[in-house]
Amino acid sequence: MKQTARIISTYSADVMGVCSALFELGGMTVMHDASGCNSTYTTHDEPRWYDMDSMVYISGISEIEAIMGDDEKLISDIVDAAAKLKPAFIAIAGTPIPTMTGFDFEAVASVIEHQTGIPSFGFPTTGMNTYIHGASMAFAGIAERFVDDPSEKSSDRGTLQMSARKIMSMVDSCCARPNGIRVNVLGLTPLDFSINGQDESIVQWLEREGFEVVSKWAMGNSLDEIRHSAEADVNLVVSAAGCGAAKVLYERFGTPYAIGVPVGNELPGLLADQIILNVKKFREMDESASEKAPFESRAISVDSGVFLDGSAGEGGSTYEEGFVAVIGEGITSLSLASSIELECGIPAKVLCATECLDGILRECDRMTPDEDDIIPELEGAAYVIADPLYKPIVPESAKFISLPSEAFSGRIYRDEIPDLTADIDQLLINIK
Amino acid sequence: MLKKVNEKQKRLSADEIPHVRIADAKFPAPFRSGLEYSSPARGTWNIVHTGMLIPEAHEIFVCAAGCLRGVVLTAAEMGTTDRFSTVAVRENNLLDGDMEDLVIEGVTDIINKLPKRPPAVLVYTSCVHHFTGVDLDMIYATLRSRFPDIDFTDCYMNPIMRKSGLTPDQLMRSRLYMLLHERGKNPDAVAIIGNDLPTDEDSDLMQVLKGAGRKVHEITSCKTYAEYQEMAESSVYVSYNPDAAPGGDMLAERLGGTHYALKFSFDYDEIDATFAGLAEVLGIEPRSNDEIAALRAECEKELKETKELIGDTPVSIDYTYCPRPLGLAKLLLEHGINVTRVYVDGIPGGDRAAFDSLQKDHPDLMIYPTVHPGMRFARTANVEAESGVKVLAVGQKAAAFEETGRFVNVVEGGGMTGYEAISRTCRLMREAYCEEKPMRDLVQVKGLGCEVCIR
Repeated sequence: MKQTARIISTYSADVMGVCSALFELGGMTVMHDASGCNSTYTTHDEPRWYDMDSMVYISGISEIEAIMGDDEKLISDIVDAAAKLKPAFIAIAGTPIPTMTGFDFEAVASVIEHQTGIPSFGFPTTGMNTYIHGASMAFAGIAERFVDDPSEKSSDRGTLQMSARKIMSMVDSCCARPNGIRVNVLGLTPLDFSINGQDESIVQWLEREGFEVVSKWAMGNSLDEIRHSAEADVNLVVSAAGCGAAKVLYERFGTPYAIGVPVGNELPGLLADQIILNVKKFREMDESASEKAPFESRAISVDSGVFLDGSAGEGGSTYEEGFVAVIGEGITSLSLASSIELECGIPAKVLCATECLDGILRECDRMTPDEDDIIPELEGAAYVIADPLYKPIVPESAKFISLPSEAFSGRIYRDEIPDLTADIDQLLINIK
Repeated sequence: MLKKVNEKQKRLSADEIPHVRIADAKFPAPFRSGLEYSSPARGTWNIVHTGMLIPEAHEIFVCAAGCLRGVVLTAAEMGTTDRFSTVAVRENNLLDGDMEDLVIEGVTDIINKLPKRPPAVLVYTSCVHHFTGVDLDMIYATLRSRFPDIDFTDCYMNPIMRKSGLTPDQLMRSRLYMLLHERGKNPDAVAIIGNDLPTDEDSDLMQVLKGAGRKVHEITSCKTYAEYQEMAESSVYVSYNPDAAPGGDMLAERLGGTHYALKFSFDYDEIDATFAGLAEVLGIEPRSNDEIAALRAECEKELKETKELIGDTPVSIDYTYCPRPLGLAKLLLEHGINVTRVYVDGIPGGDRAAFDSLQKDHPDLMIYPTVHPGMRFARTANVEAESGVKVLAVGQKAAAFEETGRFVNVVEGGGMTGYEAISRTCRLMREAYCEEKPMRDLVQVKGLGCEVCIR
């Protein structure tokens, strides 16, 4: 039956995704919940909880407040706390109970903003979607409210330029030849990238390829740094959590976006080439166009699925037999599957367990939110790459390759989560 | 690695961290309720840990994904995913009104997929079931008719009810014994009920029961479901965790026998009174004056030794250590030990007398909350920690707030009762004073004393 899990875990939920996305930005995030969400988030979803004094709270809604629709208690609690703690912004995220009572997130956020003078958001999460949904919503909110519009200041946006200081710094540090393209990295949270330094590895890769990194949403950057995101020429969406912001930044500033995580020995170079090629092309197209192109048409990605043409991989493997199954978040899994196909010569299909952008999965890939969706898709797999908590449902005939994810197993295997951008070989050696 | 972007931002000074002199505190709620912070200290048990005390039972949670996340990972950290399953409630279930079907068919599906039929299944429903008026009676009747070989019990993950009626913790402790089948009574059998951790063999309670030749049952020592069922032969049920008392009453009413709620106390006279009451229920002689004098002398010796060792070291206590944090503070202060802070969000009813006494005799004792939003910054504003003064903490939350490795790592009373609770607390304080522990790692482990795989 769908919706049941006999033995596997569950992904972090949308409400936690909001908290994770906003964690480092100096705001105050309130989960509108009775109890439980806060300890779950801070124990299992938030490796930064002990080290960073981020303000994440629950409202502690009671039965009587829910029944009576007493929003005033929540508003006054938030206003009181904000007066003392002075957050940069306030975000309220929902859980099942406010969903059921029809809580008006937008209206309450508006009242709070009016009373405090602090920018406030109401994110109507339900606790019934994955963290991707919530994080994407939160990043989109930040993109709407906090990214400065360069046209409102003196700006030279429209040409591909880089500061002299930045150029010198990049040349000195990695001898890369600047390509003049500025990038925001969207969708970084520890739920997908843990705290093992992969966020920094992605930046280093971009700089080695000659890009200038304007901002990274939202690990290791402050809200002030993120305010400058409109200066970028392209957004690199490294998890589906970055989609909401990518869309808003395109709507507001016309910034195209690339999709992919630089993992592997060949894929990152191809991705960089595609970005360089398409950013300039899109800009020229947009400058001559009379109407704005649809968001979907401004996506940049590396074509993959090399075996979809019907040819077989190593040992006669196909997407039905002898293949590699990669279970997890869509963009990371897709990037990993592409690298495997490129470097190991074996078909690799993605079983995407979280929300994903429309149209990025290939013909062979599947959306598999439930245990019963996944099990039949693993029949015939030679290798399964997934979080260790998936192992009990992996057939014995397949070789299991552990790839832990904070979003699925929380802190349990944190020490074993690899930085795939810095080193994929330790993982691929199990297949090659 | 982790870049501490906003590390140690001092939003609040030490004076701004919420606290109140006990003389100015109101009973039972010294602080206004509002937004709530979650301390990184995780040692107290949750409903997954407690449910797993029933041997061979299988837990099935029916909730939204956000609510499932914490419990499924609790089971994973315990290494008990083979005894744990979930049914995810989604938005369409709320709109379609098919919640009963979802529970029945979801639980059925899981049971049919299990490699071995469990003797008992604990089905946990949640706030959404409560609010949609789900017909739980019909659900359990259907499940029992489908699986007559399985004992089902209703469990709840409905934290929205924590401020009205029985708390989820009290409910969970009562559910632990709902699966017991009625059987013949053994007049010599006693069951200790409602505690997560095993009762100390050296505790006053165990000494009294064993001394009286009683057969003692306790869920923490049951290895099989059959052994668990033997608890039903008990003629007396003893609880000493205040949250277990409602369950004890329910059990006595359902199966017969007598429930006795032993008071967990640090007050000599109250200890004597509660153990005299137990003796009466058991039909045995109460402890003699000589026995009592010896026990008190032992406690005095331990308290003196502790004071001599730690001197004027500041001591902080929090409510996760035991059900009577103020009673402990009072005892220690009366023996010259420098208790400066007690971390407690609400004053437990059983601590009323200690609260009144402390207001009069030690008015400057400071009460700090643990969930108040300002407590987020308590560690960074901690003057003692910054100046290198090492506080001796009794309890995990106190240790986390004080940032001290000198702490007593015990939760929920740790299986102590009576005078032994005083002696053992003193010994643990001396150990903690002499040997610092890796606090950060220890306090973040969930369910202290439970079988955990994480560290």
